[in-house]
Amino acid sequence: MARLETFYEVMRRQGITRRSFLKYCSLTAAALGLGPEFAPRIAHAMETKPRTPVLWLHGLECTCCSESFIRSAHPLAKDVVLSMISLDYDDTLMASAGHQAEAILDEIIRDYKGNYILAVEGNPPLNEDGMYCIIGGKPFVDQLRYVAEHSKAIISWGSCASFGCVQAARPNPTRATPVHQVITNKPIIKVPGCPPIAEVMTAVVTYMLTFDRIPELDRQGRPKMFYSQRIHDKCYRRPHFDAGQFVEHFDDEGARKGYCLYKMGCKGPTTYNACSTIRWNEGTSFPIQAGHGCIGCSEDGFWDKGSWYARLTDIPQFGIEANADQIGLTVAGAAGAAIAAHTAVSALKRAQHKGE
Amino acid sequence: MSVHERVPPTKITAIYVYEAPVRLWHWVNAAAILVLCVTGYFIGSPLPTLSGEASDHFLMGYIRFAHFTAAYVFAIGFLVRIWWAFVGNEHARQLFRFPFWSGAYWDGLLQEARWYAFLERRPRKYVGHNPLAQFAMFWFMTVGTLFMIVTGFALYSEGAGPGSWQDSLFGWVIPFFGQSMDVHTWHHMGMWAIILFVMLHVYAAIREDIMSRQSMVSTMISGVRTFKDDDPD
Repeated sequence: MARLETFYEVMRRQGITRRSFLKYCSLTAAALGLGPEFAPRIAHAMETKPRTPVLWLHGLECTCCSESFIRSAHPLAKDVVLSMISLDYDDTLMASAGHQAEAILDEIIRDYKGNYILAVEGNPPLNEDGMYCIIGGKPFVDQLRYVAEHSKAIISWGSCASFGCVQAARPNPTRATPVHQVITNKPIIKVPGCPPIAEVMTAVVTYMLTFDRIPELDRQGRPKMFYSQRIHDKCYRRPHFDAGQFVEHFDDEGARKGYCLYKMGCKGPTTYNACSTIRWNEGTSFPIQAGHGCIGCSEDGFWDKGSWYARLTDIPQFGIEANADQIGLTVAGAAGAAIAAHTAVSALKRAQHKGE
Repeated sequence: MSVHERVPPTKITAIYVYEAPVRLWHWVNAAAILVLCVTGYFIGSPLPTLSGEASDHFLMGYIRFAHFTAAYVFAIGFLVRIWWAFVGNEHARQLFRFPFWSGAYWDGLLQEARWYAFLERRPRKYVGHNPLAQFAMFWFMTVGTLFMIVTGFALYSEGAGPGSWQDSLFGWVIPFFGQSMDVHTWHHMGMWAIILFVMLHVYAAIREDIMSRQSMVSTMISGVRTFKDDDPD
């Protein structure tokens, strides 16, 4: 086995100047919320560490995570991050196909036992023994278990791998199951979103390679640096929320003036993501800025949390979908009617027995 | 004497039942619940939009402030009430007990249910809560209050942020229910449960005051339970 190139060597070989490289390190440090003293540490790590192989598997998914990833606006990300991490297997992007491609998995597992990172896009369907997703003639769940066994850590890309997403929405006929419910003995970093923000994806990878450890995670296994605040907390329309200024219809004056989309069902107040700070497409915009509420795509089971255009969630257990207020008002109305009837009967009974 | 024991056949006309802290808590709690329900409803379904500049208004801010302030009164009041259950009289403890294993309790509950179904001519006399009232008190007030405090502080912790004491104590609730939206929905349903309780509570208190054999409404003001007859049973 030949000596492995470091990240820096790969970058230089690809024609990136040292100046650009150092800029990249500073930007990465800033993106990760680290102080300026960390830029040299990142540079040092990239100059000395051999590349870490990453195996990127695809289960039931739509490839939007990959599409997002390759659009990372970080100056060097789209060229370098792909080379930097030594992306050895990614059936969407790799040149080889068929048996040749599948052989790479065996090779990496053999040569880098316990030292490669497994990135999973999509999730395995467990119904019918996993027959709803076949990779190379075998159920995806088998491939996932096989590759996961000797991995160092697993990155769950997107809401599919993290929470299940659309294919796990009610009634989930294929029993699509998030990765952490299938692989339980490995550290798993969830990077939810449909898709996740490109810069978030590259930053998570960079952090793991630079510091050789997984980033600090919250209770749900998401990196704290990107998922510790809600969209609502940093939304530029927040002042309109606090003022009580809302869009009531998509074509009203409030919509033109950029008022808060809360009443239009914006899920910003319940969604943990970095859209309102990092934004999308080189920081150009994000859904709320474009005038549409957040749909909460990085939250668990977001397809089943009622209409994207209503503030209150539908509760399907009640047969006809109803929200908390409709149920509450019905119960309170019934109780009020019962109280009125009971009062009447009480009064009658009392009159009946008067003087006894 | 257990609280469920029927009044012995002695001539009892007035008993001091609810001590001052219990009465004070009752009315403070009632006011907090009123504020919480009204502001909570408007947080879920905000008032019609205001026009002009955002800097001219702070309506949602004030509504949320009132909700959080009332919530602290509600939560601290509940803690004080628990403390009083330890140091107060026997009746101060009844709210926190559900005598599931007591046959006499279930018998009393059945009798009381029959009285409300117009199947009994005469209800029994109780110094504290009657068994049916205790059922509602325990499940709606004690359990319901705890549920609203836990889910409420979990939602509050989302704004307070990771590392806040609200997050350390109650942050686990969010993933326990699924996600933030689920906790919002459950918290909302909790409000309706408490509204249902308030309706039944007010009706039952007034009705009992008129039709039962002991005082009700005035007892929560003066603390003294008076009986209308001295019959043994």
